[in-house]
Amino acid sequence: MSSETKQILTTDGIPLEVSLKKAEKKNKIKAFLLVAPLLFFLIITYVFPIGDMLFRSVDDKMVTQMLPKTFKAMETWDGKELPDEEVFAAFHEDFIKLVEDKREGKLSTQLNYTKNGFKSIIKKLRRASKKFEEGNYKEQIMSVHKRWADVEYWRAIQRRAPEFTGQKYLKGMDMYVNEEGKIVSVGEDRRIHRVLWLRTLEIAFFVTVFCFLMAYPIAHLLATLPMKYSNLLMICVLLPFWTSLLVRTASWMILLQQQGIVNDFFVGIGLVADDNRPEMMYNKTGSYVAMTQILLPFMVLPLYSVMKTISPSLMRAGKSLGGTPFVAFWKVYFPLTIPGIGAGCLLVFILAIGYYITPALVGGASGTLISNQIAFHMKSTLDWSFASAMGLMLLSGVLVIYWLYNKIVGIDNIKLG
Amino acid sequence: MSKQKDFVKFENVDKSYDGKILVVKNLQLDIAEGEFITMLGPSGSGKTTCLMMLAGFETPTNGEIYLGGKAISSIPPHKRGIGMVFQNYALFPHMTVYENLAFPLRVRKIPKDEADKKIDKALSMVSLQGFASRMPGQLSGGQQQRVAVARSLVFDPQLVLMDEPLGALDKNLRESMQYEIKHIHESIGVTVVYVTHDQSEALTMSNRIAVFNDGKVQQLSSPDELYEKPVNSFVAEFIGENNTFNGEVSDISGGKCKVKLTNAEIMANPISVKSKGEKTKVSLRPERALINPQDKMDNIHNGKIEEVIYHGDHTRVRINLLGNPEFILKVPNSSANLDIKLGNEIKIGWNSEDARALDPK
Repeated sequence: MSSETKQILTTDGIPLEVSLKKAEKKNKIKAFLLVAPLLFFLIITYVFPIGDMLFRSVDDKMVTQMLPKTFKAMETWDGKELPDEEVFAAFHEDFIKLVEDKREGKLSTQLNYTKNGFKSIIKKLRRASKKFEEGNYKEQIMSVHKRWADVEYWRAIQRRAPEFTGQKYLKGMDMYVNEEGKIVSVGEDRRIHRVLWLRTLEIAFFVTVFCFLMAYPIAHLLATLPMKYSNLLMICVLLPFWTSLLVRTASWMILLQQQGIVNDFFVGIGLVADDNRPEMMYNKTGSYVAMTQILLPFMVLPLYSVMKTISPSLMRAGKSLGGTPFVAFWKVYFPLTIPGIGAGCLLVFILAIGYYITPALVGGASGTLISNQIAFHMKSTLDWSFASAMGLMLLSGVLVIYWLYNKIVGIDNIKLG
Repeated sequence: MSKQKDFVKFENVDKSYDGKILVVKNLQLDIAEGEFITMLGPSGSGKTTCLMMLAGFETPTNGEIYLGGKAISSIPPHKRGIGMVFQNYALFPHMTVYENLAFPLRVRKIPKDEADKKIDKALSMVSLQGFASRMPGQLSGGQQQRVAVARSLVFDPQLVLMDEPLGALDKNLRESMQYEIKHIHESIGVTVVYVTHDQSEALTMSNRIAVFNDGKVQQLSSPDELYEKPVNSFVAEFIGENNTFNGEVSDISGGKCKVKLTNAEIMANPISVKSKGEKTKVSLRPERALINPQDKMDNIHNGKIEEVIYHGDHTRVRINLLGNPEFILKVPNSSANLDIKLGNEIKIGWNSEDARALDPK
């Protein structure tokens, strides 16, 4: 090809390239305007809340803003012995202002997160502070309660000085920064979150496995049956989809309870004794059973869509070339369904890891997941920053799984239909 | 080694899918070793079903199929050792060409160096050396077809089945592949059972052709015999072009018969008519009728030219002859036939031997 290609001009004398770009630009703007509503919708409903969540989970400005003078005075304090008068005076000044605004309650809640025992001594301090005389606040405050004379509590206040903190994340992993500033685990009897994380992963993993084992034959049947049967089967698969999640979970409660249908059946066929009915609900079993059933369509559909595209002549070719039915399946059919398996497993696992309603209703104490803990902190303890931190940890966990999947199987290999 | 006459044998084979309709009826078919036999027929005629029964993907409802003298109805497909080429190639899309070819060798536990040799040989047979590491998706339709052929031959089967393997290719490629498959067959002497609905494909490639219709073999013979001497009107009409006259036998004697049409009488060769008064359909190949015949022919009639279609090497002429407005003539494009003009009256002649009086169906 010659490098001296002549510039092509339009009839107006404008180079064709420029004119084409101009025309394309118009189209691009039009296309963008068409998707703009969706883009804004996504930003408002997705990007913004997640950003806010991220911010909330590390935001610790509240205490910083409530005790500005105290923290300023504390800058020079080494934290080894009790702070000097200057700090106490600043704290008193901040505290009086908070009492005037009636915000000392919030301070006590916040400080109590850091160290137990702040609630009562702040209440006591509020009452006592009305009678405080000017000067020598150190003596006066320390005399309110012996904890005010404890250097540990002042260190706890100092730890709240930074505007941003990763403490909520540490708490999510049952760790905290101790008095020496080191990251350590909480006592063994208080490690509730780690158990929950592991259980969440375990339940999500096994639900995925169960879904896969059950969905594979169903999807295969769907893909190979004659149209009139496969349509009926498809409706059976989709029927649960059209039923409310709550109704489905509730129906599992009816089935699985100790006096429920499944137990009656087991007793009826003599599998278990009537006075020794197994508990199949309010524990892990309940979560497994209900979640597997509810998430099954998410495994069936991607598998089906992949299997539908596999020509039956491939299996025949495998057999006619001398492969036993198993070899033909394992070497020919199965590898071709991997994109569907990947898509289905990823979908089910990610949905299961953040599942909420079903484990909340049938999971009981031993079958609840991390999402139930998040909801608990959102609704009951109102520790939103902790809930946000755990939510983000869950999100990053999902992203890690996605990344791993991409490394191992390759995301191009995924097929959702 | 003497060639077995009935290497493959269908014996009284019936097949029904729903228990009501027989798609294959009492099939008798012997295929000799080393033969290239084609099952030809319209769709739904049972030819693919026969192939599937031979491959083992369908079981006969009645009867038995023998391969090399052994009954095979109870042998599963993977133990029959029959190579097969499928309509849509059926190459394993997740394996390279090499792996595709290695599949039948690997399941037979053939050592790798020996397998490599066989694969090389098979690939060179279809002139695809150097394509071993490609994925099937990266090959053209013709190349995929060749890989499928190579794969069906790589494990040295005695019998190869081909189910309309060229159906998806364009015309030119199809023709060159026909010759290629024919040459492969000739060079390695494998028995081939080929299914197609394309008669020219069947005529080009086969030693013998079995024409299927309605679950039955209508005629089993060599391509030339099938074309020249069809035994019934279905075969006559299915293979090649055909002019027909419906009539009634008015006289039959000495290997000839007179057939009375609505307003004329023609001489014909009685094939499936036995006696006077029988209804018949007389079949005549277009190239057997001549314009202004020089030699003495026992059928000479006048017709009017209705249509002239130029085909390059020959001209197709449609003539209204003896009440049949669809009478086709193929006229070679030589200078002798320049007076063929629309509307002209011409003399058409043919020998009664070529006009075959068949069943009236």
